[in-house]
Amino acid sequence: MKIVVIALNTFRETVREKVLYNLLFFALLMIGSSVLLSTLTIGEQSKIIMDIGLASINIFGILIAIFVGIGLVSKEIEKKTIYTIISKPIYRYQFLLGKYLGLLITLFVNTSIMVIGFFAVLLIMSYNITPDMIKAILLIYVEMMVVTAVALMFSTFTTSALSAIFTISIYVIGHLLGDLKAFAAKLGNPVMVFMMDALYYILPNLENFNIKGEVVHNIALDPSFIVMSVLYGLLYITMILLSSVIIFQRRDFK
Amino acid sequence: MIRTEGLTKVFRVGFWGRKVTALSYLNLQVNEKEIFGFLGPNGAGKTTTLKLLMGLIYPTSGRAWLLGRELTNAAVKKEIGFLPEAPYFYDYLTAHEFLRFYGGLFEIEKNLLKGRIERLLEMVGLSDNRHLPLGKFSKGMLQRIGIAQALINDPRLVILDEPMSGLDPIGRREIRDIILKLRSDGKTVFFSSHILSDAEMICDRVGILNRGKLINVGRLDEILEARLKYIEVIAEGVGAEVVSKIDKGVMTAGDRIIMRLGNEQQVNEVIELTSKMNGKVISIIPQKESLEDYFIKEVGTN
Repeated sequence: MKIVVIALNTFRETVREKVLYNLLFFALLMIGSSVLLSTLTIGEQSKIIMDIGLASINIFGILIAIFVGIGLVSKEIEKKTIYTIISKPIYRYQFLLGKYLGLLITLFVNTSIMVIGFFAVLLIMSYNITPDMIKAILLIYVEMMVVTAVALMFSTFTTSALSAIFTISIYVIGHLLGDLKAFAAKLGNPVMVFMMDALYYILPNLENFNIKGEVVHNIALDPSFIVMSVLYGLLYITMILLSSVIIFQRRDFK
Repeated sequence: MIRTEGLTKVFRVGFWGRKVTALSYLNLQVNEKEIFGFLGPNGAGKTTTLKLLMGLIYPTSGRAWLLGRELTNAAVKKEIGFLPEAPYFYDYLTAHEFLRFYGGLFEIEKNLLKGRIERLLEMVGLSDNRHLPLGKFSKGMLQRIGIAQALINDPRLVILDEPMSGLDPIGRREIRDIILKLRSDGKTVFFSSHILSDAEMICDRVGILNRGKLINVGRLDEILEARLKYIEVIAEGVGAEVVSKIDKGVMTAGDRIIMRLGNEQQVNEVIELTSKMNGKVISIIPQKESLEDYFIKEVGTN
């Protein structure tokens, strides 16, 4: 119950944040402009619209997750607002989970707005909305949940600026993990292989949530892949939140 | 209401983790229904103590109890109100939303909370500003809404960190009145301050902290009792003869002579002489040391 109180207040905090509207505006602009760009190609117009639409939802969703997520906890500590919260009968983990949940609500609302914009473009151009698109968007949302959890974890022990850098790094590496592993295997050096394996299992493999290419090019999807990806995401989020709670629990608010 | 035993906090600062003792072996007892002033210069460890009590930081060693229960239990905080130093609140919330949010953290029943918010806004004089975002509040208003949030749960124990710092005389007086009202409502108030005159006016007992150590604790009149500074005698129509008897502290103001005498024997002598010369003693006022004098002497010599 207290988690919900914190979550709703966090939602209120984020919707009164200006950066959110800027990002949302540009996301809708990008999705809208896909119509214009598609006219530059001969045929394949629907692919361009789908490609740009899904990519915009993905990129701007992640940007919102990072730039709102990094400030969630560190700002409360820097501005000392946390003093009045922790001195209430609330456990620290409740505060942390409430913050996370609040941002998930914000992300859900934002993603919905972007998806509505995307579908509107498709309908106006009289293209079909396929179930695969919904699956792609679902996985994009799971990716946002993972990235938000990572941003939240950094935000429990470092400043907003450093959290942003760390989270963006993890996001970029997370998309290149498969390549790293293959690269290490090619090198054949056992130390390198071990290190790359360790990174591969510790860092989030964000390519698991990327089926945009398959959807755009109408390649058949393996349903078990989607289920496994979602489960992988939820497991990863649980681990990250658990470490965040442990870090946050021990921390002194100076 | 509050008890600490050997409460100690050592911070590690800088890259090398140099140890700095912010608070060392604090033993303190605050009784029910009293106003306890926790006094000390900046950096004495007052805020550290309050943060330890509220569970914002963890003690290096020692223990503390609030309302007879150890701090580790979050339920203890149900009956405690806390105002941090120079509070920053959520700029984007209005006064009313802000109090509702904090009420939610206590899971106060909706109708009860509604009435309480109205009463608190009234009490701190912010009823007219209920729909103004806190980002637009002045410092005095923030301090008052801060006190309102500390009282949202109708606490038995109220802990305030520097409630009067940064306020103008009127603001300070308002806060003083609120604190006195809390005591008359049967609450215990524990507050830290470096504004001694305010503390002197309202505290039942004080503790004086310097460099992390408690150097004195007790009733204000007890601490200051043994420290009679001088007795001021004002007399009229007496000549230089009286004045010559006194070695120090003589001032003349028109016909009047103001004398500062060290003890009562000297006072008797002066009275005798004055009546002999048909003069008139206008007033005899013993001047006690103020808390500030005491403070400067104690803290300054350390």
